[in-house]
Amino acid sequence: MATQQQATDFTLDTASELAAEEHEVSIVGRSPWYLAWRRLRRNKVALGALLLFFLVVAACALAPVFAERVAKTGPNENHITDVVMVDGKPVDVLSKGGTYTDPETGELKLRGAAGVPIGPTWWNAGGKFVLGADTNGRDVAVRLLYGGNNSLKIGIGSALLCTLMALVLALLAGYYGGWLDWGITRFFDVMAAFPVILLAIALGAALSINGFHQGPIDLESGSLWIPTLVISFVLVAYVGRPLRGQILSLREKEFVEAAVAQGGSPWRIMFSELLPNIASSVLVFFTLIIANNILVEAALSFLGAGVQPPNPSWGTLISEGQLRIRTAPWLTLGPGVAIVLTVVALNVFGDGLRDALDPRAKVRMEH
Amino acid sequence: MGAFLARRLIGMFFVLLVITFVTFAIFIVVPGGDPATRMAGKNPSEQGIQNIRETWGFDEPFYTQYGKMMEKTFNAMRPGFDDPNNELISYSRRENVVDQIKQRLPATFSLAIGAAIIWLAFGVAVGMISAVRAGRLSDRMITILALIGISMPVFWLGIIARYYLGPENAGIFPDGDYVPLTQDPIGWFYHLLLPWMVLAVLFIGFYGRVLRSNILDTINEDYVRTARAKGLGPRRVLSKHVLRNSLIPIVTLFGLDFAGVIGGGAILTETVFEIDGVGQYAARSIRTLDLPPIMGVTILGAFFIVLFNVIVDLVYAYLDPRIRPT
Repeated sequence: MATQQQATDFTLDTASELAAEEHEVSIVGRSPWYLAWRRLRRNKVALGALLLFFLVVAACALAPVFAERVAKTGPNENHITDVVMVDGKPVDVLSKGGTYTDPETGELKLRGAAGVPIGPTWWNAGGKFVLGADTNGRDVAVRLLYGGNNSLKIGIGSALLCTLMALVLALLAGYYGGWLDWGITRFFDVMAAFPVILLAIALGAALSINGFHQGPIDLESGSLWIPTLVISFVLVAYVGRPLRGQILSLREKEFVEAAVAQGGSPWRIMFSELLPNIASSVLVFFTLIIANNILVEAALSFLGAGVQPPNPSWGTLISEGQLRIRTAPWLTLGPGVAIVLTVVALNVFGDGLRDALDPRAKVRMEH
Repeated sequence: MGAFLARRLIGMFFVLLVITFVTFAIFIVVPGGDPATRMAGKNPSEQGIQNIRETWGFDEPFYTQYGKMMEKTFNAMRPGFDDPNNELISYSRRENVVDQIKQRLPATFSLAIGAAIIWLAFGVAVGMISAVRAGRLSDRMITILALIGISMPVFWLGIIARYYLGPENAGIFPDGDYVPLTQDPIGWFYHLLLPWMVLAVLFIGFYGRVLRSNILDTINEDYVRTARAKGLGPRRVLSKHVLRNSLIPIVTLFGLDFAGVIGGGAILTETVFEIDGVGQYAARSIRTLDLPPIMGVTILGAFFIVLFNVIVDLVYAYLDPRIRPT
């Protein structure tokens, strides 16, 4: 080791040493991660999107607090016969249909349709029914936050699982090659040939009946783990294929050959040579996959194969609201807007992240 | 070329085989999936369940059941085959599955083809416009719209569009439903226009983004500079030199997306607009855990996806001589 050090000193000056000698300035070494962070910091739109996403996450995480302190009701509490004070006037949570006698003229008058829930009160009812009520008299704002909580858990959880599975498979396939690579690639081929939504609904619907109890896995039928696992399994090929391709090309690079020649163990080569080089791709994938999985969860729940009612999620809320869009459009609009905001935020941040991490993107931005 | 095709066709066969087996296994392994109990009705007698098990062959080992199901599936697809005892019959309604799918194919194809034309045309236009005007206000606006397009759940957009643009509000479009082309071509077009646009929105945004970045990458290539230096006009450089190369990835995307839409991707749009297509048939069957229709639709979908994979490879080879298969 000592002789090696001497040899370098003898033959080559590094750029920073040259600069120090000739111009008396010092060059500070900066890691690619630091450079990427600096590029990202300048991208105000991407940072704003990240902030928006964190705000959504925080709001959904605080759902129990909002329910208890502000709305004073739970996500599954019905208020069918309740009366709420809006601007000091009593309003029925669910309109009472039928007829009534006008106290002044004594005429019999029609009240309008029965069972129409109260619309958004915004803040005029002291935080109650901020976004209106549904046909069971449940507070939509509370359900929206609890639903977001579930949707985000499933979206982020399945993105984590999916990326992790894809990464392990891609590393194994790319590093070992041979029959292992053949097997994993064929697995990806089959998964990619499946009609994604069909497979997801079939799995989700089948598992939702009695849950899944095999060996160490013990899932109840309403468990959030079912949609999480289904989504991550169904999409694994879409992340695994490109990652495998990247690792395959890295595998041929000189630095990997050097590590092999030095006698590096497979474990070491996979985790300290290959992994750091695809980490930026994985990070970008992860962000965009969360966005995608939130949409898939919503679709699954909308079709009844995801989160099971009365447990809310953005997808189940839309499917509940769909039938009432004529009388209570806020039931459909709220969760939809929440999904669009969250997914747009994640996509914008993911784009910014890719631009910051991928040096090619810098060239692209200069046009 | 012949060897390439043969190899791909054999691969296709095996992928389809595995897919049918996995689909079958999902419904065998999953607890509560016992079809006999469900078919026997609300208060089944033990004998009744046993009878159903025997007539439908549920008591046989799973590989025999799988083999029989596959045999029935392929029998039913054979032209001129007519043997009621050897057809793929659904558990819940006892209908011939292949006939049911055939009846619904025109609706699904109408939806998919119309939407594909819209999304391809608009996607390419959006990508080109925003690439040519990169960095300007119009590019920013398009980029934002494209982003919102890919971030919207298609079923939500469908519900909202159907209600607010439908007869009860704007009155521009009819309220869902499907009219066969052979019955009433104008009604067919009129009823499908909104579902087409809703289904296309996601892909327009996606293709626009991909094409934009492809064009911006290609514009810097040496051969484009050469074309400009030769004195070709910007319009000709864009259409003949830049676009030809930038469109290659779009071909792949288009092939796979189109197959995906036919193979179940239209399920959400069909549900929202009450178009009685293959996707809705699958959704309904999944709700009742009716294996034979799910099997039929899955095979159909997987077949289209695998088929379009091969077609995409061939088109790719035609467009880019460097990767022509030997």
